[in-house]
Amino acid sequence: MNLHLTVNGIAHEVAIDPTERLLDVLRDRLGLTGTKEGCAEGECGACTVIVDGLALNSCLMLAAQAEGRSVTTIEGLSAGGGLDELQSEFIERGAVQCGFCTPGMLMSATALLRTHPEPTSTDVRAALAGNLCRCTGYSAILDAVTSVAVRAAEQPGG
Amino acid sequence: MTDTDLGTAAATFDGTHSGLAGRLGDSVARPDGVPKAQGSYQFSGDLTADGFLWGATLRSPHPYARIVRIDVSGAWKIDGVAAVITAEDVPGKATYGLISQDQPVFASDIVRFHGEPVAAVAADHPETCRRALAAIVVEYEVLTPLTDPEQAVDGSFPPIHPDGNIVRHQRIIRGDQSIEGPIIVEGTYEMGRQDQAFLGLEAALAIPAPGGAGVELYVATQWLHEDRKQIAACLGMPEDNVRLVLGGVGGAFGAREDISLQVHTCMLALRTGRPVKIQYDRAESFHGHVHRHPCTVWMRHHAGTDGRIRRIEARFLFDGGAYASTSSAVLINGITHTQGPYQCENATVHGWAVRTNNLPSGAMRGFGVVQAAFAHEGQMDKLAAAVGVDPVEIRLRNAMQRGDRLITGQVVDNVAPVARLIRETAALPLPTQPVGGTDHDPMRLPGGAGRTADERHIVRGIGWGVGIKNLMYSEAFDDFSTARVRLADGVASVKFATVEVGQGFITIVGQIARTVLGVGEVVLETIDTQIGSAGSTSASRQTWMSGGAVDGACRLVRERLFELVAAKYQLAAVQLEIDGTDVVDTLGTLRIPVAEATAGILIEETFEHHHVPTEDLDEDGQGNCHTAFAFVAHRAVVDVDPELGLVKVVQIATAQDVGRALNPLSVVGQIEGGIAQGVGLAVMEELLQVNGIVKNATFTDYLLPTFLDMPDVVISLVEEPDPHAPMGAKGVGEPPTVSSTPAVVAAIRDALGKDLHRVPVRPSDICF
Ligand code: FES
Ligand code: FES
Repeated sequence: MNLHLTVNGIAHEVAIDPTERLLDVLRDRLGLTGTKEGCAEGECGACTVIVDGLALNSCLMLAAQAEGRSVTTIEGLSAGGGLDELQSEFIERGAVQCGFCTPGMLMSATALLRTHPEPTSTDVRAALAGNLCRCTGYSAILDAVTSVAVRAAEQPGG
Repeated sequence: MTDTDLGTAAATFDGTHSGLAGRLGDSVARPDGVPKAQGSYQFSGDLTADGFLWGATLRSPHPYARIVRIDVSGAWKIDGVAAVITAEDVPGKATYGLISQDQPVFASDIVRFHGEPVAAVAADHPETCRRALAAIVVEYEVLTPLTDPEQAVDGSFPPIHPDGNIVRHQRIIRGDQSIEGPIIVEGTYEMGRQDQAFLGLEAALAIPAPGGAGVELYVATQWLHEDRKQIAACLGMPEDNVRLVLGGVGGAFGAREDISLQVHTCMLALRTGRPVKIQYDRAESFHGHVHRHPCTVWMRHHAGTDGRIRRIEARFLFDGGAYASTSSAVLINGITHTQGPYQCENATVHGWAVRTNNLPSGAMRGFGVVQAAFAHEGQMDKLAAAVGVDPVEIRLRNAMQRGDRLITGQVVDNVAPVARLIRETAALPLPTQPVGGTDHDPMRLPGGAGRTADERHIVRGIGWGVGIKNLMYSEAFDDFSTARVRLADGVASVKFATVEVGQGFITIVGQIARTVLGVGEVVLETIDTQIGSAGSTSASRQTWMSGGAVDGACRLVRERLFELVAAKYQLAAVQLEIDGTDVVDTLGTLRIPVAEATAGILIEETFEHHHVPTEDLDEDGQGNCHTAFAFVAHRAVVDVDPELGLVKVVQIATAQDVGRALNPLSVVGQIEGGIAQGVGLAVMEELLQVNGIVKNATFTDYLLPTFLDMPDVVISLVEEPDPHAPMGAKGVGEPPTVSSTPAVVAAIRDALGKDLHRVPVRPSDICF
């Protein structure tokens, strides 16, 4: 079957097998390997992408369900090869160690900050509770997300 | 395919993106942070090659069975299958292993654990592989498994392996064996099987050389050269024909110390003449790598009425599972740390590491010392109660100091600020929020908002854990690491085989080079076997060992640079120094940038760093078997729901003996991450086996600490540079896991007034 979807702003038509997950299409058909598989059952969040504004586990979504929808992956966060604020904070504050959880963590945090630009630390913890990190113990990730949120709050009109 | 196509671990950086100074002691950001945050960093599972095939492994459904017959003909009938291999096809040595080579590449006659590899296939698609594996017929005669390690010790179970059921026994007999009391406390402590649960699953890509003369393997591992040695032996090839390149590693924590898919991937590539990639899924990962040893420790402490330890008796039983892996070394680590960070002159210790039909056990962060610490810290609290002092006081009274002896007779000749660590931890602030918080946010309660915890019934407890951890390898192993540094045109290129697993070694390489050589830009070359071994990324050893090698090579290069500058300007080399990015004459006015001094020339030096030699233990467990030691203290605060059996770890305070924090950001990251794993072991993580069958090989049922489970961590870095450590820095990776677990359990005991002697603590342990 043919799947039509927009990924990081680019429209794609991809021939897929109906059993493929969105994760497979992103990684294997579109070569977007920034989205990771850590468990394939919705527990680790390494596969998180944003579909029409919502952070979702791409291992739990059939590719066919993405028909006509707009998907943002980690590769779409920083168009042009730069870093957005959240990515920079992750790097600066030690929120990245092995980095395997990082893309999914960034996607969940990005979706959170888009809808709740000034989350409390409990909001951050709850929003990222579906993203496992085995290396950092989460503190540095919390710092990174919180620092972006604080800056948003300090901005005039923010 | 060139290096750079797949040279995932190679990175170039100049530190400028971080906006921070990049020298030793600075909190420098990781050089691979940008690609990791952009999703472009290639983990081993992200690698592909033109025309590659997928590989997959058939595993035993039984923990112990005789293989009567294997019929692979069905697999060959499936379109797209390119190779089917079994034990018969192993070209070289049939077995492998880190210390003794007792584990078959594929089981041929007997399977000894649930999930042992029996065959492998290569095919055009993972789905074809799955169907091919399903089409292989293996007829088993199921045997009754040995699952109780006591049966291995008492000899009541026939040998399940030609090497027997006891991997190793060692005793430690020291001092006056007749000392009894007057205060005696005793306990038995059990630890379940913890999984390393790195997030980046096992994956490798093998590329055969034309004609099958050799193979290149891109793999996430911990020790490239040791892997190569074992792989080459099994392939029946000279080591020179096998090149290993580090694929990006998504965490390790000990689970990648042993071979898993390496030989299988190479065999399939050589058999098909095409690149082959194997990628485990989570369930296969749980079966496919070694775990932390389940362990039972009995201890009896004899002390004076002042609580000072007079003698310790102990018995350790480590369940090594089906194959030896590193069990013999884990055993020695466990028993030699019986006393913990406390003075003790007299000891009677027996330890066994045994073989069972459970999953093979091997390395995990803390390596045998975690098991010892859970026991000795439980004992210290019992001792405190018996003599009527608090947990801090009992530990201070017994605190080890530099110059004290271990029960092996070895003098602890490292900085040993145990009392200071305890005091600094005690001085760290306690949580400001009461149970449930002033805002009564149910998310603060054990079990969170979705549970029915009644805030009024929640009890808070505080507990302590203090630890000692050996650093580097032990028992006479000639441990070394190699680094090569090239300096030209003001740029340093550093080559090493040190595996970066996420811990941040590659960050300090740049810091060392900038500090010693005054360069701005540091290029890290591809991490592979095209240079001497670096040893394993384990045992908290790489900052000391490979950091020492990079530092040594940089110093040699600097000497040569000074000689060149001295000759040119007719000065004595000894009067030259690096100041910032310049070479300066300390006695005169000369100041030239390193970039200028090295324009058009190349200086290259290689350095091998060895640590001090260590010895084997004698029959009575005496000998200088360890290299160095680090210390740590933890204080845990927990809230417990006694009705539902739920625990919320609220805060961990810790002071850690780090020697010198070369990169405080990295050190703090190691501490926070290590504590998370200690908390997981304390209250949730256990891989369950029933009659040898694995019951929870998924992230749904093997519970890991999430963002909501992780306590606040408050940290004090105790920096007393160690005179034996290159750059004064001790390894920092393992101590956080050593005594955080006992601290959490002590806090739960404190909350409930109940004796808990097993981790992870289960709801039923709390409620009944
Ligand atoms: S891979 Fe999708 S949640 Fe783990
Ligand atoms: S950084 Fe390794 S899993 Fe998060």
